[in-house]
Amino acid sequence: MSSESQKILTTDGIPLEESLKKTERKNKIKAFLLVCPLLFFLIISYVSPIVGMLFTSVDDRMVTNMLPKTFKAMEDWDGKDLPSEKVFEAFYLDYKILVDENRHGKLATQMNYEKNGFKSILKKLARKQKKFEEGNYKEQIMKVHKRWGQVDYWRAIKRRAPSYSYIKYLKGVDMYENEEGKIVEVPEDRRIYKILWLRTLEIALVVTIFCFLLAYPIAHLLATLPMKYSNLLMICVLLPFWTSLLVRTASWMILLQQQGLVNDFLVWIGIVADDHRPVMMYNKIGTYIAMTQILLPFMVLPLYSVMKTISPSLMRAGKSLGGTPFITFWKIYFPLTIPGIGAGCLLVFILAIGYYITPELVGGASGTLISNQIAYHMKHTLDWSFASAMGLMLLTGVLVVYWVYNKLVGIDNIKLG
Amino acid sequence: MPNKEQFVRFDKVDKSYDGKVLVVKDLNLDIAEGEFITMLGPSGSGKTTCLMMLAGFETPTNGEIYLDSNPISNIPPHKRGIGMVFQNYALFPHMTVYENLAFPLKVRKISKEEIDKKVDKVLSMVSLSGFEKRMPNQLSGGQQQRVAVARALVFDPQVVLMDEPLGALDKNLRESMQYEIKHIHESIGVTVVYVTHDQGEALTMSNRIAVFNDGKVQQLSSPDKLYEEPVNSFVAEFIGENNTFSGEVTDISKNKCKVKLDLGKEIIANPIKVKSKGEKTIVSLRPERAIIDPENQMDNKHKGKIEEVIYHGDHTRVRLDILGNKEFILKVPNSSARMDIKVGNEINVGWNSHDSRALDPK
Repeated sequence: MSSESQKILTTDGIPLEESLKKTERKNKIKAFLLVCPLLFFLIISYVSPIVGMLFTSVDDRMVTNMLPKTFKAMEDWDGKDLPSEKVFEAFYLDYKILVDENRHGKLATQMNYEKNGFKSILKKLARKQKKFEEGNYKEQIMKVHKRWGQVDYWRAIKRRAPSYSYIKYLKGVDMYENEEGKIVEVPEDRRIYKILWLRTLEIALVVTIFCFLLAYPIAHLLATLPMKYSNLLMICVLLPFWTSLLVRTASWMILLQQQGLVNDFLVWIGIVADDHRPVMMYNKIGTYIAMTQILLPFMVLPLYSVMKTISPSLMRAGKSLGGTPFITFWKIYFPLTIPGIGAGCLLVFILAIGYYITPELVGGASGTLISNQIAYHMKHTLDWSFASAMGLMLLTGVLVVYWVYNKLVGIDNIKLG
Repeated sequence: MPNKEQFVRFDKVDKSYDGKVLVVKDLNLDIAEGEFITMLGPSGSGKTTCLMMLAGFETPTNGEIYLDSNPISNIPPHKRGIGMVFQNYALFPHMTVYENLAFPLKVRKISKEEIDKKVDKVLSMVSLSGFEKRMPNQLSGGQQQRVAVARALVFDPQVVLMDEPLGALDKNLRESMQYEIKHIHESIGVTVVYVTHDQGEALTMSNRIAVFNDGKVQQLSSPDKLYEEPVNSFVAEFIGENNTFSGEVTDISKNKCKVKLDLGKEIIANPIKVKSKGEKTIVSLRPERAIIDPENQMDNKHKGKIEEVIYHGDHTRVRLDILGNKEFILKVPNSSARMDIKVGNEINVGWNSHDSRALDPK
């Protein structure tokens, strides 16, 4: 009763809500059509590659499709003792097809990832299977090489049965699933990715801190200087944006290498001896310096845009109320710039964590990041699923940073301009 | 206490920003303790610069400013102990009202209980008790203004400066805030230096007003004197309404002079800025000092033609064409007696020569 009486009607007797919806529908359609091209573009260029990457990283159907009969026969094998004749027969049949179609090399590569020593026994089997007689395949296969009689190798085959697997992710953090199906770390001398992840994190953090320390005073100057000077300074800050990334990185190489300008200068003023020139390139130091310079504008701009909005009268008020310049800065100015600091740090950190070209060129062995490893697997080992897995781990890392930031500072507090 | 009359003293202060133009020229100004003094003037007249020099945000190019007999040019702003209310309030947006008010006390290392007491007291003074937890952006303009005033007073400064504090408020609020600030001043007796370009505000609130123009103090006197007895034509025109006649002095005695207007007629005026025959002058007369159908003892009587009548409720403003001045304004109180005030009619207007002041010709 009461809800009915509250329903407001327009002058023509149509319910107000309905009428409002009708009039706004046209605007909504217009707005959607305007957004459409961008939405389409985003789906094609952004969403679909990420979904594809996710798929590639867990896709393990290659082996599954090569040995369909074997995996079917293995379904009721408990994995304790050697499999039954049925499994051996199925494996022989599968493998025969592969050899006939000349695809058995790929299987050998894949299985060798799983367990060392697979390549040679598979190759031997490929040669010998031509003379196999019908029936009693178990005995015939085991005769080819004694390893075929070891249960470990059959277990390794079974581990590759599922179409989807997370082993690439395990590999990305230096872990693997051992024979007993337990997840363990690889031996210490073969761990590489954990070090790389930590180094990526460390370099991104240090670069962010350097950028912040350098950008804060610059942004403050920019925001407080009179127009004619601040414009000039702004151009200096933006100049790197107008130069190619490669050119900038290359110029750092010219400056920082051992026979470079900086070292020449240091030798000339006598700080370092000619035969003890410090190595500033092809290591972490080079990466720090070059990345800080390249990412600096991304810190300056959000800081500047926030500082520009802080009225100078606030600082004056702070001083007139008795605050020393330091207290006034720390209690009034600094807290008001936190949205800019947050935005700048988040931006620089996220950019730094996935940086590729600069570390590739100036990083050397100790200054490369995880993205360089991803590129390596895409271009050289062609292990795309591993590259995808690491790419997704990186993306997840970025999202975690974003989430933590949102919890701590609040994403609404970000000001980019 | 010595120097009570010279609590704040500007001594031959000059200020220039670019080394070419003097924004403040040879300023000499004494402000007494407990006084409410207003610096009034058009924009660019140097009044805010004076305030900023007193607060310590600008340094005098020449001369010295004394506070309680001590030169303060070399004391940084935070050591001067001068409270300031800014034009846009300048409340710290990330702090609550309480934190804003506690800021000047905290930096003075005052104990927590003392701070609470003082904040309570000052909040009740501006009638904002209970607003401690609010953020500045949750307050209306008037409330923000009152917090800003409270913050400037909470640490018991010797002097409080106010830089057009009511400029952003609407008319009604502005008027009630004027009274409120005036009452606060009266109750705590702090010295207030107030800057505004609104003459109504200046007249209502101040003990004395310094009218600034062109970097100089044109006149420094109480509001009534400033209105009744402006010393030059700038002050006469800037404060209140003003009818002017320009002409030349033809005869002068101790307190009367004859001025021949440009059209040839003569009026009798009070010589303020003119000394001898032949000087050019501008004669200034307040609209309310001229009346219709004058009595006999008035020594200026002239005929004028009504050009325009504007109804203002309690009074009617009449624009006359008189003695060659087509912008002569007359204020007629609203009464049923005057039915002949219509456009085109001719009326007799008169005033005492004492009220028409012969000033400088600009």
